[in-house]
Amino acid sequence: MAFAHQETGSITGIVSGLKHPVSGMDHVLAMISVGLWGAQLGAPAVWMLPVAFPMVMAFGGMLGLMGIALPGIEIGIAVSALVLGAMILTESRPPLWFAAALVGFFAIFHGHAHGTELPVGSSGLLYSIGFVAATGTLHGLGIALGLVHRFRGGRLAVRAAGGVVSAAGVFFLVRIFA
Amino acid sequence: MALCLAPKEAHAHLVQTGFGTFYDGVVHLLITPPDLLVAIGLGLLAGLCGASASRGVVFALPAAWLAGEMAGSFFPVTLALPWLTTVSFGAVGVLVAMNANLPRALLVALACGAGLLHGFVNGATMVAAGSDRLGMIGASVSVFLVLTLTAALVVSLRAHWARIAVRVAGSWIAAIGLLMLGWLMRGQG
Repeated sequence: MAFAHQETGSITGIVSGLKHPVSGMDHVLAMISVGLWGAQLGAPAVWMLPVAFPMVMAFGGMLGLMGIALPGIEIGIAVSALVLGAMILTESRPPLWFAAALVGFFAIFHGHAHGTELPVGSSGLLYSIGFVAATGTLHGLGIALGLVHRFRGGRLAVRAAGGVVSAAGVFFLVRIFA
Repeated sequence: MALCLAPKEAHAHLVQTGFGTFYDGVVHLLITPPDLLVAIGLGLLAGLCGASASRGVVFALPAAWLAGEMAGSFFPVTLALPWLTTVSFGAVGVLVAMNANLPRALLVALACGAGLLHGFVNGATMVAAGSDRLGMIGASVSVFLVLTLTAALVVSLRAHWARIAVRVAGSWIAAIGLLMLGWLMRGQG
């Protein structure tokens, strides 16, 4: 098969996009926590969050790409892990609108951070495809892990995971200010 | 309005499969992300709207696509319309995420609009890259296949969680569109 045109950077674009959400533990923990908390909250949150989150995060990414500055990005990302972990640890069940708003608020920070880091020579569209796919997969992983909360031991495990995420959020904050 | 119509140089990926231009056209859809995303997105949307709506779309989109290609072939250029194609698949993604239950006529109209747009860009760029009308027919056939298989799969889904997964897929398509708009604005700036 001969490729009449081959855009260099296409492969690097999608691979960069796939790798970026998993490049930092702060991102990974927050994304998985969204799925965990959704599973803990149950329907309709368990599906509403994964439906809404990618779009809100992409909106944050769009702001970053447009050069619209958002203050305290790294602090917001660290706080997202702290707060979402705490929500899971304490089995908080706020109204759905509040949970969605909270997750959406943090999604903008994560999206903004991701949206400005395309390596030179990569394809923007392919990067976006890889990035969204990887983020969605992390959510799915969180939901799958969170399904164990239906069992008694699983409930404790999920809450413990929330505690770990929250502690990690504290660690990230300390690292920022240290 | 001017921004939406702002053309950009297109990097036409014209794969030479070695089987002939018809098959080159078939493969062309699969390696052109905006076209593939709109075809999959409309398949998801049509499936969510039900079998009756899907029957209209599976013929309307490829037909409009072919008509757009034929029109575009009279304007062979190496320019794409990334703003419009991005908005088209992004909007379809939003509709899927929202589980929009569109009337059949509106869904068919949406498919026709998307087909004419993407087809026009296809026709213009494929001809400029050396393809012929047989290749364009191949691309339309590919659209038909992707659309029909996707819509049929979604129509067959009964479990609530499966339909949620379809909506999640739509949100992914919408998210890709939003990010792409950011890239385009960055490039324009």
